[in-house]
Amino acid sequence: MSCIDCGDAVMKEAREIVEKIGSEPEKVIPLLQEIQNRHGYLSQDLVEAVAEVVEIPVSRLYGVATFYSQFRFTPMGKNLVKICKGTACHVGGAEKVYSIITEELGVGEGGTTADGLFTVEAVACLGCCSLAPVVMINDNIYGKISPAKMGKILKEYADGK
Amino acid sequence: MENSGRIIVGMGSCGIAAGAKAVYQQLEKADLGIPLGLTSCVGMCFAEPIVEVESLSGRIMYGNVDAAFADKLIESLKTGTENLPAENRIKESSDGKKYLDRQVKIALKNCGVIDPENIDEYIAAGGYDAIKKCIESMKPDEVIETVKESGLRGRGGAGFTTGIKWSFLAGAKGDPKYLVCNADEGDPGAFMDRAVLEGDPHSVIEGMLVAAYSTGASLGYVYCRAEYPLAIKRLIKAIADAEERNLMGDNILGTEFSFHLKVKEGAGAFVCGEETALMASIEGRRGMPALRPPFPAEAGIKGKPTNINNVETYANVPFIIREGPSSFNKYSYGSSVGTKVFALAGKIKRVGLVEVPMGISIREIIEEIGGGSATGNPIKAVQLGGPAGGCIPESLFDTPIDYDSINATGAIMGSGGMVVMDDQTCMVDVARYFLNFTQKESCGKCTFCRIGTKRMLEILTRITDGKGVENDISLLEELAGHIKKTSLCGLGQLAPNPVLTTLKYFRDEYEAHIVDKKCPAGVCKPLITFTVNPENCVGCTACAKACPTKCISGERKEVHFIDPEKCVKCGICRDTCKFDAIDVE
Repeated sequence: MSCIDCGDAVMKEAREIVEKIGSEPEKVIPLLQEIQNRHGYLSQDLVEAVAEVVEIPVSRLYGVATFYSQFRFTPMGKNLVKICKGTACHVGGAEKVYSIITEELGVGEGGTTADGLFTVEAVACLGCCSLAPVVMINDNIYGKISPAKMGKILKEYADGK
Repeated sequence: MENSGRIIVGMGSCGIAAGAKAVYQQLEKADLGIPLGLTSCVGMCFAEPIVEVESLSGRIMYGNVDAAFADKLIESLKTGTENLPAENRIKESSDGKKYLDRQVKIALKNCGVIDPENIDEYIAAGGYDAIKKCIESMKPDEVIETVKESGLRGRGGAGFTTGIKWSFLAGAKGDPKYLVCNADEGDPGAFMDRAVLEGDPHSVIEGMLVAAYSTGASLGYVYCRAEYPLAIKRLIKAIADAEERNLMGDNILGTEFSFHLKVKEGAGAFVCGEETALMASIEGRRGMPALRPPFPAEAGIKGKPTNINNVETYANVPFIIREGPSSFNKYSYGSSVGTKVFALAGKIKRVGLVEVPMGISIREIIEEIGGGSATGNPIKAVQLGGPAGGCIPESLFDTPIDYDSINATGAIMGSGGMVVMDDQTCMVDVARYFLNFTQKESCGKCTFCRIGTKRMLEILTRITDGKGVENDISLLEELAGHIKKTSLCGLGQLAPNPVLTTLKYFRDEYEAHIVDKKCPAGVCKPLITFTVNPENCVGCTACAKACPTKCISGERKEVHFIDPEKCVKCGICRDTCKFDAIDVE
């Protein structure tokens, strides 16, 4: 098992990651989380390099990664838009907010805009049910979203907030 | 505290989302020379952002603090705390009083009162007294007896008696023994555990310490979902602070007792709320449930004895030890004792987090504490227990909060999500919503859970699309029975509940969709049309401006018209109209 396409820089980063997180079997998820924290997604060469450093099959890392919804396998846009689809948001009109966002940005769930500015995700619940419907952009939560308000917020981010 | 007092801003996730950070910065910038502190969610989400002013005469809580009111507050504070504004005093308002009067705070005692990032404030509120009491004056089995006597049952949903669970671990052979706190609060519509972790992380840590002391566990994990970054951050800080005070780690308080606690971040899988799946995830595997027995107490993490409780369960423990079991079980109804935290959300006036004694009725929670309908439309049902739970109709709102009484309705107590629905909520759509959720989250291990939920979702989608056929209802019931019987874990066994309860109580809505091809609540798009009611329309043009497809035409002050060809049935016109002039049929 070796990572044929991995350059020295990738191997170096993989070793850094493993040194920081550890290489015990129970560290598989934290290792994947660290890769995603650094790059916004699980890049194939880095996953392969980490597998090589830890000396486990790549398939095991991917087996775990594909089970959990947190992990992404394609690069993420500059801003991550998470649309809450929890019960309270659903009852409060999350579908309307969802259609505004997907219409405005021209991409569906899981998609990234062509200009690389936005990635759209739907999440089950952000736990801010009192403010339904809720949208989270990067680390900021926006509550009581109306379609008009949503358009304004997206524009702010597009203009480089 | 100095004479000048202190200003405290509520900085829970929802407070911040409502604008608390901006208010904090505004107060900081005003440079009043008064110490500025923070606390977490006090549960009154309907009044966020919240600012409290503490002075010698007590604490005054201000709700709905926007920029303008913050300016007013700053102005008055410049002359001391004598002339504080009289308005927006949330605890003294009738809203605040009604909201708080019926509540009993045990698990949430410190939430919204102390600074969760400051261990000294927790200690000043009696914190860590419980573990000290255990170490100094109680034998491990006495601690377990006390917890048994309190009658505390697991607050995660299943309601197993906590003391008995602990005695299994204490009696198990194996080393090391593990403790797990299940903070993978995945039910959409529930945010109790987030509030406790953000608002009072030390109470959970102390509850785990007591459990560790009484069971002989030496290693512990808090498994917290990644969607709660603030909770994780505060928990990690709280553990570090406890370690610094020798309340965690090796030789706690100079004794032989040692306990180490780590935070494990979940990666987004609802099924990991199930204990065997959760342990697989902690071990770094796919979170697939396993057959029980063996139960975790015999063979849990890495094959070692393990005990798992949820956040709220642990948070109740310090109170029980400190104040004695009778101070807890004096609140009781049937076999349910103590209090239960609910996340009140949906179409209700006062949204928030409430802690109520067992035995209070659903009606009292919704009408007295929650203030009834937010929209003025009649409340039709309440959803309890998330995707594993069910919808309880208004006619059964006198059901008391008690594990057995709630189970009898077909719903479950669950972890405490309570989502209120009015007559504009379609129950078939709600059932479809939950099935869509469980179907996506099924891990795929059991055939009926994997494929059966998919078939049920297809049928429900067909019904909401207006393409339902006559025997769809009996097909749903048949599938539901098979899924319940043949699934390994709670996810599958309980997945049909939302469908079965809505079929039981709202069968007429299903029939209206299938037979009459109508959606009585006006939600399912293929079954509805939007028209302008000429009697109510005043021609204000608000709907035409708001319409995203510009399908509404009409002159100012004249009745408007919706072009059915272009209308996408988004309902924005109905939400915008102030004159009740948009009809949906």
